[in-house]
Amino acid sequence: MKELRRTSVVVLVMIASLFVSTSIIQVVSAEELRDHPRNSRTFYANLSVNRGPILVEGTPVAYSVPIDGPIAYQRVYDNGALYAPVTGYLTIGQGNTGLEAEMNSYLTGSTGGQFFDQVSAVLTGQKPQGAAVETTILASVQQAAWDALGDYEGAVIALDPQTNKILAMVSKPTFDPNTLAVHDTTAVINQYNALLDDPMDPLINRTMNGDLDPPGSVFKLVTAAAALEAGYPPEYTLPNPAVLDLPQTDHVVYNHSRGRCGVGETVTIFDAVRLSCNIPMAELGQQLTYRTIRDQAVAFGFDESVGVPMASTPSVYPRVLDEPRTMLSAFGQGDVRASPLQMAMIASAIANGGTMMQPSLVEAVVSPDQTTLQRFEPEPIGQPISTGTARALTAMMVASVESGAASDAAIPGLAVAGKTGTAENGPDEPYSLWFVGFAPADNPRVAVAVVVQDGGALGQTGSGAAIAAPIGKAVIEAVMAR
Amino acid sequence: MPRGGEGVSTLTGAIVVKLRRPARLRNIELGLLAIAVLLVGGAFLLVDAGVGTTPDGGLLLQLGGLVVLLLALHIVLRITAPEADPFVVPIATLLSGLGTAEIYRIDLLWERVGWAAYSTRQIAWLAIAILGAIAALLIIRNHRVLQRYRYLAMLLGIVLLVLPMLPGIGMEANGARIWVDLGVASFQPGEFAKVALAVFFAGYLVTARDSLSMVGRRFLGMRLPRARDFGPLIIVFAASMVVLVVQRDLGTALLYFGLFLVMLYVATGRSSWIVIGLALFGVGAYVATTTLDYVGRRINGWLDAFNPEFISDQSFQLVQGLFGISAGGMFGTGLGRGRPDLTPLAESDFIIASLGEEIGLVGLFAILAVYLLFVGRAFRIAFAGSDDFGRLLAVGLGFVVALQVFIVVGGVTRVIPLTGLTTPFLAAGGSSLVANWIIVALLLRLSDGVRSGPRIIVESETGDQPRLVVGE
Repeated sequence: MKELRRTSVVVLVMIASLFVSTSIIQVVSAEELRDHPRNSRTFYANLSVNRGPILVEGTPVAYSVPIDGPIAYQRVYDNGALYAPVTGYLTIGQGNTGLEAEMNSYLTGSTGGQFFDQVSAVLTGQKPQGAAVETTILASVQQAAWDALGDYEGAVIALDPQTNKILAMVSKPTFDPNTLAVHDTTAVINQYNALLDDPMDPLINRTMNGDLDPPGSVFKLVTAAAALEAGYPPEYTLPNPAVLDLPQTDHVVYNHSRGRCGVGETVTIFDAVRLSCNIPMAELGQQLTYRTIRDQAVAFGFDESVGVPMASTPSVYPRVLDEPRTMLSAFGQGDVRASPLQMAMIASAIANGGTMMQPSLVEAVVSPDQTTLQRFEPEPIGQPISTGTARALTAMMVASVESGAASDAAIPGLAVAGKTGTAENGPDEPYSLWFVGFAPADNPRVAVAVVVQDGGALGQTGSGAAIAAPIGKAVIEAVMAR
Repeated sequence: MPRGGEGVSTLTGAIVVKLRRPARLRNIELGLLAIAVLLVGGAFLLVDAGVGTTPDGGLLLQLGGLVVLLLALHIVLRITAPEADPFVVPIATLLSGLGTAEIYRIDLLWERVGWAAYSTRQIAWLAIAILGAIAALLIIRNHRVLQRYRYLAMLLGIVLLVLPMLPGIGMEANGARIWVDLGVASFQPGEFAKVALAVFFAGYLVTARDSLSMVGRRFLGMRLPRARDFGPLIIVFAASMVVLVVQRDLGTALLYFGLFLVMLYVATGRSSWIVIGLALFGVGAYVATTTLDYVGRRINGWLDAFNPEFISDQSFQLVQGLFGISAGGMFGTGLGRGRPDLTPLAESDFIIASLGEEIGLVGLFAILAVYLLFVGRAFRIAFAGSDDFGRLLAVGLGFVVALQVFIVVGGVTRVIPLTGLTTPFLAAGGSSLVANWIIVALLLRLSDGVRSGPRIIVESETGDQPRLVVGE
């Protein structure tokens, strides 16, 4: 009977498709499924080994303690909220973030180099142990940044300009990873959903992720850099009116002072940056065109995600802008968006003579038998500006702190380079308040970026100078005190 | 009762004669059965070894009771169906036993003991299922009788289908309304309906196939059936759609419709029925996807299972099942060493994921091969069938098992959207076990009819010249 034969073929095909599907799941994509962040089996497997600690200057901030129960270890976070952006969280079934996620294979000891240690540990009856991850964070700087940011919503990030090691990474509001590390799945899901639904987005690491802020005047560093790279001298003069009509629109541009930029009929690029004036920068942007500014922004790292090892949200400078928007973008408005990490990298590159280094949170990975599995290596990732441009921008930033818009960051006896920003988010929206800077200007030890969101709860009356600059100053002082 | 010129007139006489002449096939069956029982016993011991518990004496006693019942079934076969297929019972035993072992393993994880343990209930149901198969074999002494009761089977099928929709006794679980609550126990009438419907389809199609084979106009190189013959197809299609909409049970709808379509094709030999049927189902599925929220969610959860929006919601079960299977890898974690408790519905809808985790790809291949063997035996019985009703019924019973395996395992392994059906023999659930063991009994009866039927028959196939078929 040919019908029966054909039906047999259909059955054979149906069952054969199951042979294929099971093979795909269990062999071909097994590893991918095993590494999926939602795979709670991986979590249980992770916690059946003594997961390695995450260290700040040798002191564990995340570590596992043995407990009685089906899961052998409980993850504990000391100062959980303070270090949450660094450690991230480790949950049953709701995924992992931060170093807990990025360094997972080291922490669980499942990377190639540690495999045989695990085997011998099992054979000798010891509990297998993962490697320790030593971070680049400096405890006192992290604490200073946390304290200085106070109750503000925002973020602080500090880098070592010569290496771009991340010295501090603070984001507020934040969360306590201990609350997500509990072993009760329902409690984890409830807590996770509560954090997810919180309108303040406490799970977002604002130093590098989330809805980025308009950089406002701190972006003038990029516009000035573009001009200097294009051959404009710092003394290049621009017209200095008190009001500037934005071409093709019925809008006008004011300086922050609502007056002229300084006293003369014209103003130099140097003074425009020092005094943080919008009108001359808009004029400069008009001359440079958006292509030049965009190229400079991209050279500084806009458009691109960096892994520290967590992936940052790329900062944005639009691909095409008309003339009025180009002029707005020149002082960091329009559709420009930047992360504190990005702005700190710009300050750091200026501080480092124009060479940009790969930022990193990981100092070293050390196995339980004290073998160093991975060590931080400084790695240049670009030369967005020349040494000369870096020197000129440094001078402008030093002047800005000494006798300009950023004087709130001044530290007696120390040459601080800084730039403030007060960025508009919309007609009735609170400002985003910025400070970026580095110090000492001649031999930089720290570059810092601060953003205070929601206008520092002052709506449209706060300024980067009054609110963000003192925070940056506190971080610089903390580094200098070491 | 006396068959094929045996010349024995009393039942006791028959028993004496049959026992004196043990059939070769039954000896094979006994050997295979012994292997199946050893494998299952080994699986239970491995579970205990894997978990680190000592084998439970009460449990071993219960399993011993099942072995006694299987031997009773075997003896009944020696007496009433000595020529029945020797593979069917060992296969059903192996699958049922393996399923119970895995269910026992999951009970250990959840620390369920006594009557709260799914495995205890599964063993009890398995006892009832084997007794049911024995009863079916004793009551149905000639499968042709079933052909006479085809409309009764239809009525039974319809009643069983409708039961869960009735207020008061109908019960909803996991989003599908496919349960009937009888107070003391609940059951899934759909599992029994598939057997009744297979009997009805076989009986009906054998009588109606001549007219259903008539062709009307040609279209796209295909000979279409006559318009007036579309009635039955439309009715079954409509019934499937009612199941889909009212019971919210995609899997069962697919199962019934697929079963009818294949039996219709085998009965009439007209491939146009398949094309028309699939087109109908395609349209129905498309409309269901776009208008029925639960179907749309299932489809989304299937196509885009790892979408963060779905992963905690509509695709949660599927993805957790995939994690479970993938954890098994090639050889599995070993029985008793995995974490099937992390898989939802680990002992019922996702039993295949639990097994995949603990016995790996190798184990799943073995299980699928055993299913294939089971279906192969059913089709072999159909090939060798002496009468059209028996053939068609054997095809239907074999295919319904194959299709159900495909729908469940395919759903769990993401070949098709996930639907709530039980894995035949393996999954926890009394209705499913009893129904599938009745299928076993029917196949045994059919195969005995084949082998102990007339040695030489003249048969006439539709449209073919009468030809001589020589039996074994």
